[in-house]
Amino acid sequence: MSQKVLLSSKEIDIILHRLACQLLENHLDFSDTALIGLQPRGIYVAERLKKILEEDYRIKNIQLGYLDITFYRDDFRRGSKPLEANKTKIDFLVENKKVVLVDDVLYTGRSIRSALTAIQSFGRPSEIELLTLIDRRFSRHLPIQPDYRGRQVDAINNEKVRVEWSENEGEDKVYMISR
Amino acid sequence: MSELSVNHLLGIKYLNEKDIQLIFETADHFKEVINRPIKKVPSLRDITIANLFFENSTRTRLSFELAEKRLSADIINFSAAQSSVKKGETLIDTVNNILSMKVDMVVMRHPNPGAGVFLSKNVNASIVNAGDGAHEHPTQALLDSYSIREKLGDVAGKKVVIVGDILHSRVALSNIFALHLQGAKVKVCGPKTLIPKYITSLGVEVETNLRKALEWCDVANMLRVQNERLDMSYFPSTREYTQQFGVNKAILDSLSKQIVIMHPGPINRGVEITSDVADSKQAIILNQVENGVAIRMAVIYLLASKIKQ
Repeated sequence: MSQKVLLSSKEIDIILHRLACQLLENHLDFSDTALIGLQPRGIYVAERLKKILEEDYRIKNIQLGYLDITFYRDDFRRGSKPLEANKTKIDFLVENKKVVLVDDVLYTGRSIRSALTAIQSFGRPSEIELLTLIDRRFSRHLPIQPDYRGRQVDAINNEKVRVEWSENEGEDKVYMISR
Repeated sequence: MSELSVNHLLGIKYLNEKDIQLIFETADHFKEVINRPIKKVPSLRDITIANLFFENSTRTRLSFELAEKRLSADIINFSAAQSSVKKGETLIDTVNNILSMKVDMVVMRHPNPGAGVFLSKNVNASIVNAGDGAHEHPTQALLDSYSIREKLGDVAGKKVVIVGDILHSRVALSNIFALHLQGAKVKVCGPKTLIPKYITSLGVEVETNLRKALEWCDVANMLRVQNERLDMSYFPSTREYTQQFGVNKAILDSLSKQIVIMHPGPINRGVEITSDVADSKQAIILNQVENGVAIRMAVIYLLASKIKQ
């Protein structure tokens, strides 16, 4: 197994600032917008974006939620490992809001399909957008594409993209791992 | 997430502490789900469950049915009163006929102790015991412990007294197993005629004085007087039972602490507990009912995850 660094901490920071600016262009004061980080690792991207928007652009009261999609996945009982659920925390109404789903890596698109179903359990958003830090091209199983992407990556199937965060792993980094 | 160590839920005595923790953690997630505007998840849309009730039940059956529907399982219901069991069909034949309709899981209540164990050895489906005679009622015990954990933060180290008809109670037996597994101390309290001789061999102390039992405990789990299983020779009269083993507001107020009151339902108001106790803030009876759905969703979800495609 070998691994190479795709993005350093500095590059991730630049990309997150660009994504925050792109969100700002479309959502202005975020009064009708909610960021929803997908568990387990999309929440770190969403938290960073919220922090940048609040600290650098003085946007107040950005609504941030965490969405777990375990019970909505289409591979229940198909995998070798049992599915592990995480905490869902959405303590605001999504009805008529513009929801931005935020994840770290977009691969097959199945997680996003599950998230689109899951978010409907909390109400009917006026529109839903997708933001991903890494977009793995040519690997989609479903017709799902991001509205905001950090970096496009061409990875073949035995390669894996892993995003690490300083909160968990001590340093922000994106790796490409070949098995 | 780890897996349950069992393929069926036949009784608490077949579970270990890790299983109980896994069920509780999963129930935490489902509790959040059932408080959403849309309380349904699609996890079990390819699973079919048969609810076989050979004995009357209202709340357990409704709770299981709701749990199954909220997981999007397909369900079929069977009650012995309107079935061919009355014509002399055996249990295995009845169940095998139902399983031929491609059923994956069976939730069964049966008047005979061990019916679930018997079925698990003879049919090819995951079995959930919803009460087998005076033997076990595992999901009730799980939801009782879960409710104690929710109210008091932890089950370990808590003192729980189970009051009433211990002899005929599957709730009492399952609760004793579940509470001991989680490190709680348990006493039973009731008329001597309704306390089985073997009970001390389970590590349970017996107390026949209700006041002493209540002074000792953090939680009192009041069992229903099962009139359908009793003849009056077990105690002289319902009035005398209530005077000795009924909990009212005056007794609770005279204690030096606030204890938690539980009841598996249905309540005989004015017999095991008075209405003002049942409706007081100390009683967590309705929390038990709400938690029942989350616990049953967790059990069914975890067992279904072991049915491989």
